[in-house]
Amino acid sequence: MSALGVFSQFLALLLALLLAPLLTGWVNQCRHWMQNKSAPGVLQPYRALHKLFHKDSVMAEHASPLYRFAPYLVFSCMLLASAIIPTLSTDLPLSPAADAIALVGLFALARVFISLAAMDVGTAFGTLGARREMLVGFLAEPALLMVLFCASMITGSTSLTAIVETLAHRDFAIYPSMLLAGVAFTMVSLAENARVPVDNPDTHLELTMIHEAMILEYSARHLALMEWAASLKLFAYSCAGLALFFPWGVAEANSPLALLLALPVLLLKLAIGGALLAAFETASAKMRVFRVPEFLGTAFLMAVIGLLVNVLLGVG
Amino acid sequence: MIKFVPQLVNLLATIILLLSFAMIAQRRIVTLINLFMIQGAALVAASFLLGYVTNQPDLYVSGALTLVLKVIFIPWMLHRVIRKLNVRWDVETLFNIPTTMLVGIGLVILAFSLAAPVAKLSETLAGGSLGIALACILLSFMMMITRSKAVPQVIGFLSMENGLIFAATAVTNGMPMIVEFGVALDVLVGVLILGVFMFQIREKFDSLDIHNLETLKDDRS
Amino acid sequence: MNVLLFVLGFPLLGGVALALVGHKTYARDVNVLFSLGTFVAACVMTAQVINDGPFFVWGNQFFIDPLNVFLVTLTAFVGMTTSIFSRPYMRVEQDHGKMTPPRMRLYHSMYQLFSFTMLLGFTTNNLGIVWVAMEAATLTTVLLVSVYRTPSSLEAAWKYFILCGVGIAQALFGTILVYMAADKVLGAESATLLWTNLSAIKGELDSTIMSLAFVFLLVGYGTKIGLVPMHSWLPDAHAEGPTPVSAVLSGLLLNVAMYSVLRFKVLTDGAVGTQVAGQLMMGFGLLSVVVAAFFLSRQKDVKRMFSYSSIEHMGLITFAFGMGGPIANFAGLLHMTVHSLVKSAIFFTVGHATQKAGTQVMSEIRGLIKVNPTVGWGLMLGAMAIVGMPPFGVFASEFLILTTAMREHPWATPFLFMGLGVTFASILLRVLPMVFGDTTLKPLAHPPALIPVFVHMALGLVLGLSIPPYLNGWYVQAAAMMGAAP
Repeated sequence: MSALGVFSQFLALLLALLLAPLLTGWVNQCRHWMQNKSAPGVLQPYRALHKLFHKDSVMAEHASPLYRFAPYLVFSCMLLASAIIPTLSTDLPLSPAADAIALVGLFALARVFISLAAMDVGTAFGTLGARREMLVGFLAEPALLMVLFCASMITGSTSLTAIVETLAHRDFAIYPSMLLAGVAFTMVSLAENARVPVDNPDTHLELTMIHEAMILEYSARHLALMEWAASLKLFAYSCAGLALFFPWGVAEANSPLALLLALPVLLLKLAIGGALLAAFETASAKMRVFRVPEFLGTAFLMAVIGLLVNVLLGVG
Repeated sequence: MIKFVPQLVNLLATIILLLSFAMIAQRRIVTLINLFMIQGAALVAASFLLGYVTNQPDLYVSGALTLVLKVIFIPWMLHRVIRKLNVRWDVETLFNIPTTMLVGIGLVILAFSLAAPVAKLSETLAGGSLGIALACILLSFMMMITRSKAVPQVIGFLSMENGLIFAATAVTNGMPMIVEFGVALDVLVGVLILGVFMFQIREKFDSLDIHNLETLKDDRS
Repeated sequence: MNVLLFVLGFPLLGGVALALVGHKTYARDVNVLFSLGTFVAACVMTAQVINDGPFFVWGNQFFIDPLNVFLVTLTAFVGMTTSIFSRPYMRVEQDHGKMTPPRMRLYHSMYQLFSFTMLLGFTTNNLGIVWVAMEAATLTTVLLVSVYRTPSSLEAAWKYFILCGVGIAQALFGTILVYMAADKVLGAESATLLWTNLSAIKGELDSTIMSLAFVFLLVGYGTKIGLVPMHSWLPDAHAEGPTPVSAVLSGLLLNVAMYSVLRFKVLTDGAVGTQVAGQLMMGFGLLSVVVAAFFLSRQKDVKRMFSYSSIEHMGLITFAFGMGGPIANFAGLLHMTVHSLVKSAIFFTVGHATQKAGTQVMSEIRGLIKVNPTVGWGLMLGAMAIVGMPPFGVFASEFLILTTAMREHPWATPFLFMGLGVTFASILLRVLPMVFGDTTLKPLAHPPALIPVFVHMALGLVLGLSIPPYLNGWYVQAAAMMGAAP
């Protein structure tokens, strides 16, 4: 619990808060460029958040306290998740409290509350969105767990910081099981973050909405918190992916200079990742909702195969 | 570089396994053929790599044979056949895709457990991949049984041959040359015959759906 | 100039020649001529083995010993008699419009090539080439089965290709595993896959690898033998092709697959030490006997019924070889011989009968004896022979197998008796109405070739009554080569 540790933890939190909308804006920007449309600029999400915070909140008459409370809870879950993922440094005082399994639990908690809130007001869209979200989540969670177990099996621990440290320190080695886990993780993150091919983040058509349907009734600061939470989720998933599969550049404990290096490295990795995500979204079409279980089933099975390959090849 | 080779071969083996799964889940026949072509390419890469490291020219020849046959000629021929027959989609399978995947996982576990004691005894660099090769063989076998159109069955057959060649390359650094040539010749002739057959089935039944080919039963009179 | 060159060269040359002239009217005679040449060469080779003992050809790549030389001669003989049978039969088929000249070309050329692949499979010493020959035999017969181009023959051929393709792939995997085991002892070169080399060092082969390999090989080549549960291609393929093709498939191709399994069994027994190979074979064999008997009783199509009978007999042979020991091995070899002879004879008569009646459904064929006494009596005698009535050879071999089973594996005998009994009843039940009674059938335009039928039956009779001493010694030698009893 050194001072440097607390500082880097605080820095990680702040960075997550500030960078998450930027990441979302960057992905949108790239997508517009690739689709030959004029982009609104990378800072657009900040402007949107600013506008929303200054509005008056309108709520349904029979909305329960859960409805009021949910955005704050969801936002805090996502913030906490970003805090325990080693984005800049592995020296995080909060990390012993939460490992990979707890991370999945945090996302699950957020999912439960957002679904309950969606159903709370009693609109058709809300329930539709909640059911679809549960369908996606029911399959995505085991897949995510399997991916994390793959990494844990190789490194011998489920703590995210331990995984990053071990993988970054190993000599460069090609782990075939990590290849499979990587593909599975990409598929899961596409599903969980409501990206094409699972859910179009731009759409408001009832046939195709999942995430949008759930937050349709919110306004002003509640909506702002939900949107920010979604950006934080994307940021958290991206950083988790980078930490598991491209861990080089993350600072270790007791090295303040490395922190300085870690920030540009992180920005670079996120920029490339965001561009790739935009490219993938542009190139694929959204799949029909009943095909989503197949998609996620494939991800789950690939992650399981990654585990099996790990056992078979004895790579460690 | 040398110390990377077993890892690279393991990586290629995993890619081959991944492609087998992708082929099972695939509905578009054009994509199926392309996946098969990529699988052949991964196999060729593995053969060349092992040939380079173990200094066995036989593996180069085997890789070249696979390249010409499985990456160039057969996919080209299959693309031509499906263009002429106008089959692009295979909508129904015997059971739905998630169930197929689960059965696939079961087969992979079976293959890994069967091959583990044997792989330990292998003295070659890539001996650990015997389980993966056997898994690919069993997955292709499942693909042949659960598909209801002729072209995916043929691709399943060819993908099984891929798995077999990979097994031979992994545990024994390739079979003797004369056997490899014989096997390649058999596969080539087999695919040509199957191609001819598909045209005839199409001619007689007006469709390549295998369900038309289920009339021969024991109590037919 | 080695005689093997003629044994293999004649069918290969015949295949090429008939690809060019197979549609002409004299093609049928050319076919018979090539088969005759093959048979004569096979006899010469047999004489050589009897006089001088086993020998190698072309380095060590081919190996002729008592086990395969008599199978080679049997194959050449049945090939020859079938080509004689095929002369008038295919002429009638062509008259009825079921065959066109281009397809006759394909038929004749593939017939010879099929003989070539079978003989290659028997005589090669290289276990990889055994696989190549089996696959090539499958490919040629796929074309033969589908030669009528009817929907059902296409279906049969497709199913045949897919199922046997899968089976043979398993066999290739087994061969790869054997190569891996051999590699550890002999080093990696092409001589490592030679059976004679492997047989010499079979005690040193790793038992884990060999037992896994044998399982794959038994399942793989067992698909080609027609063992249950890998048999579903067999009734369709044997019933839908032209009758000469059914005869050679039932009579000969099943033997090649059995022979391959036997060679591998010798290696596995030496490597593993326990009786696992034999037990597996007994299990599959027994299952085939029982299941085939019950399926047989439900059949309405005559060729399907007799193909199930082939499955049952091959199951019996597998069971015999699984038991092992000099008597059971002898009985298995004898059964292979008489089954080939009698089954092909039955298919000859059945072919003529179905041609007369224009249908393969048994309830529509009646009174064969009235129309053509030789065909009728041929079928009657054939059916009696195949169900195991004395004095035919099948009785002798079944007797030996059953008595050995009673002595060493008594638990199996109820199943065997049940299977054989059900078959006995079903076949006679169906054949008797076909042969006796009144008829509305008309004679055929061309006289059927029935000499082959009676030659086969006579041989079957001879083998049942009293095996000539040199044949006897031959069988005993071959049986001894397959290893000692448990």
